[in-house]
Order: sequence, then structure tokens, then C-alpha cells
Amino acid sequence: MSVNDQTSQQRRSYALLPSGPVSRFTWAMKDCWTIVMQELTHLVRQPSTFAWQLGMPVVMVLMFVYVFGSAMDVTGQGAGEGYVDYAMPGMFAMTMAFGFMNTAFVVTLNKEKGFMDRFRSMPMSPSAVVTGRGVSDIIQAGVDLAVIAGVALVIGWRSGGSLAASMLAFGLLLWLRLALIFVGIYLGLLIKNTEVAGSLFAVAFPLGFISSVFAPPEMMPGWLGAIAAWNPVSSTANAIRELFETPGAGVGEASYWIDGHAIAGAIVWPVVIMAIFVPLAVRQFRNLSK
Amino acid sequence: MLSSELAVQTRGLTKRYGEKLALDGVDLSVPRGSVHGLLGPNGAGKTTTVRILATLTRADAGEAVVAGYDVRNQPREVRASIGLVGQQTAVDDLLSARQNLTIFGRLFRLDKATARRRADELLELFGLADAAKRSPKTFSGGMRRRLDLAASMILAPNVLFLDEPTTGLDPAGRREVWKTVRDLAEQGTTVLLTTHYLDEADKLCDRISVIDEGRNFIEDTPAGLKRRIGDERLEIAADDSAVLAQVAQIAGRVAGAEVTVVEGSLSVPVARGVRALTEAAAEIRQQGLEITDIGLRRPTLDEAFLHLTSRTEQEAAR
Repeated sequence: MSVNDQTSQQRRSYALLPSGPVSRFTWAMKDCWTIVMQELTHLVRQPSTFAWQLGMPVVMVLMFVYVFGSAMDVTGQGAGEGYVDYAMPGMFAMTMAFGFMNTAFVVTLNKEKGFMDRFRSMPMSPSAVVTGRGVSDIIQAGVDLAVIAGVALVIGWRSGGSLAASMLAFGLLLWLRLALIFVGIYLGLLIKNTEVAGSLFAVAFPLGFISSVFAPPEMMPGWLGAIAAWNPVSSTANAIRELFETPGAGVGEASYWIDGHAIAGAIVWPVVIMAIFVPLAVRQFRNLSK
Repeated sequence: MLSSELAVQTRGLTKRYGEKLALDGVDLSVPRGSVHGLLGPNGAGKTTTVRILATLTRADAGEAVVAGYDVRNQPREVRASIGLVGQQTAVDDLLSARQNLTIFGRLFRLDKATARRRADELLELFGLADAAKRSPKTFSGGMRRRLDLAASMILAPNVLFLDEPTTGLDPAGRREVWKTVRDLAEQGTTVLLTTHYLDEADKLCDRISVIDEGRNFIEDTPAGLKRRIGDERLEIAADDSAVLAQVAQIAGRVAGAEVTVVEGSLSVPVARGVRALTEAAAEIRQQGLEITDIGLRRPTLDEAFLHLTSRTEQEAAR
């Protein structure tokens, strides 16, 4: 047996098969799926990493609802009243918002560990490196949401909306996550090493917290409240509050124009984000060969 | 048009990163089936050269043909014909060794069954069959590198690029990798490797290109290169400059070569080091000359570069 057996020439020509645009597309899908399988095998082989990743939003849920929540009066019916219902949609949105850090971290790690170079030196579809990451991130985000929803149900949160509305709400959450994947890919390609990627919290925290996730923007100082209200995360949080028919949401005083158009915002904001970051990410990926 | 009889051929490869000229006209010709070394200090342009040949980076100017395909216009054909082992070991620590090879096999467009069969074949060939189910995290440095090599050999490429294959490995690991590279070369794979170790280039390569400041200025066999550098040098130091002059005469006679005297010490290339040392020492003692130090030293790579570059500049000036 030798490394160069007689079938190797055949294999090499096989690797070059996709020549037309259709078969190129098919192979891009297949390569993407292979990368997704690689990522999902990680979860199976090392569930602890995944558990730690989930730990953060779960701890946040418990902390905010029980520690801070007891002092919060968001419904005007007294401290702590209805805070679970107010905060849970925010938690879902925040988990989606923070997800871009995972994307960025793994992209940087792949670059740092030489995976990106190995993949790019192979006859596989170059885009699969990135799209595979995106698809597996969406799958993970789905699992994240399911686990947090489970915790939420245990501590007494219920969706007041119809099943269809609730499904739409989760769809909007994944829609936001999808848009932020491209932000994560762009940042991951931009960032030099994983040490820098660790400090992305400095970006993630304002994005997550200066929003309607934990407190209504109307309660903040005017200028900050305006930023919080116009934060894409707020639109998604408010939209799903409407869809879950959270008491007090979407009715009455809309202090900011965007508050009154939360569902539209939750659909349009991710489009805007993608319009900016998809080209940026593509350019950054091309820059790798500079 | 460059010849396709060669596994790798480049002409005038140039690459600029901002202000820095990383490659300043690299010309290489690597015959099929040979092991070719790019030897040079850090920042010499070795990695940039490999990255261009492996289609990871585009050259600003110049031509490069790998396995008969143009790097710029036929990158996919090139990718199907090469293997790349970069400076980092690109294996997935969260998967088993076998899963690693299977996934890479799938990305090389093998069907599931073939990918698995190929993974097992390669594990066997690279001496990793017993560790197939373990994570590479638990491997020694040498084993990790071998897995890395196995992953690059899935399609049995014609040309294999190794960027500093033994940097960071312990002596045992280096020997393992050397043996693997030699085996691959014997089976007909053309290997282009970069290194900053003179001994590694010496042990593995058929021919060596010495590269510095983005240019390859010498190409030779390991033996020829060592001849150019001069094997060993006899060095003697003395406080008194008159004494040193006398000692220089002795050393020159014993070594039969030109002596360089710099700041209280002299240096002369010697063919048979120990013999020259004992002869010189005996004569110095006989004449009662007072010296402060005497010893044999192999030239460091830095000195070799200095020596080689200054010589080629002299040759160019002539």
C-alpha cells in the first residue's frame, strides 16, 4: 500500500468535477453541509463547551428576573410585577445579539489555527468555509432559544399570543441572528487573534444593554433612550413582545416612532445590517488572498 | 511560458506588503519527485513564496506554475494537485483523528465510504492506526504533525508544501516528521519545504535555495552549500596583537586557508577541524605563544548568510 496508489489520479480529477455553475452550486451546498456536520460533531463530542455557552443566557435570565427584576416596575403595577413577561422577550433578543461574538471568535480561531489556509488550499468551494459557519450558528441559535424558552417556562413565562404568532416571534429572533452572523464573520476575519476576539464584549454589551431588553427606553435619559429605542435589538425585542402579547407592550405611549413600528423594524433592521455587512465580509474574505 | 516538466517553477515572483517588499523576484525550478528546501531566516520571504504557490496569496508580479498549472489562472487545478501543511497544525482537536481525516476527505469530494476508507489507509500509513479514535489534543507534537501531513495527502497530491514542518517539535518529533517526509518523497511526491534549520535542509533536501530579503540568491545541493559556507572554523584569541599575528601565520599554514583577524581574535575555515585544532595548538605551545582562547565553531546560519550574500555581491561586482 502506498500514499500514491493508482486511484489517486482518478480522485484528483474527481475533485475538479464541478465545472458548470449548477454543479458548482451543488458542491458549495455539499461542502457547506460537511462543515456544518463538523461543527455539530463538536457539540456531540464536547457538550461541555456548548453547556458553558448556554450558561450565560440562563444565568442572565435568573439573575435579571430574580435579582434586579424584583426592583423593577415596568408595568406601573409595582416593583417586580410582570417583569418576567417583560424581560423574557428581551432575553431572547439579547441572546441572539450576543451570538455574533461566538461567530467572530470561531472565525478568528479558524484563521489563527491555520484551518482557513488549509481549506483555502483545497479544491473545495471557498464560500463553504463561511456559509458552513453561518448555518451551524443558526442551528445552534435554535437550540439556544429552545433551552432558554424551557427555562422561561419553568419560571412562569407564557406566550400570550397564538402559536403562529409565537413561531413568527422565534423566526424574527433567528432573522436578527442571521444578520449578526455576517457582522461576526466580518469581525472575525478582521480581527488578528482570539485574544482580541475576547474583548468583543466591549461591543456586545452596549449592543445588548442599551436597548429595550431589560428596561424601557422611556425610563432612560433622553439621548440614551433614543439610542436604545433605535437599537435593532430593541425592535426585535419589542416586536416579539407584541407577538407574545406581553402585557403593556405595543399599547399606548409610543415615545419613539420606531416603538410603534416594532415588527417592521424587526424585519427591516436585519436587512439593513446584511446590506452593510455581507459586502464587507465578502471583501474581507477576498482580502485574505492579498 | 514556463515548463510543465517541473513540479514547481517560478519566475520573478514579487510581492509587496505596504512599504515592505516581501518578495523581490524569486526564481525557482523544482524537478518532479525531488525534495527542495527554501532556507532562510525569519522574514526572508519563505512563507510568502509557499502561500503564493498554494494559491493562498496573489503575487504582484511574476509567474508560477505548480504541477503544470498556472497559479493565477488555474487555482482550482492547482488546489487539486497540492497538499499544504502550514506553520500551525490545522487539525480539529474536538474531533478524533479518524473523524478529522474523514471530514477533510469529504471536502476533497470523496464519497462517504471512500472518505472513511482513505482515512483508515492514511492512519495506517502514517503510523496512527492505534490512535485513530483519540483526539489529536492527546497526541505528541510529532503525532499531530503526522496527522496534519496525512490530511494533506488525502488526494495523494503531486506536490506537497511544508511550511516549517518541525518548528516547535522536540528532537524525537523532528525525527518522526523527517522520516515521514522522506517516505513520501521516495514514493514520488515532490516536496517543497521551508526551514530555518541548516541541519534539517541538509538531512531532507536534494537541493536548497537560500532565500533572504525576498530573493533566492543561491541554489545548490546540501553538500555544495556546506562547501560554500565552509564546514567549521578554527577560532583563536590573544590579547597581544603581535602574538596574534604570529598565531595567524601558524593557523593559516595548518588550515591552508585565508585567515580573518578581527579585534583580538582570528578565524579560519578548516576542512578537518579536530586535526587542525590539535596541530595548531601544539605549534603555538612549542613557540611559547600566549593565547586566551582556542576552539572550533560551526558557522551559525546568520554568519552563513552574511558569508553567502557578501560573496554573491562580490561575484556580481566582478
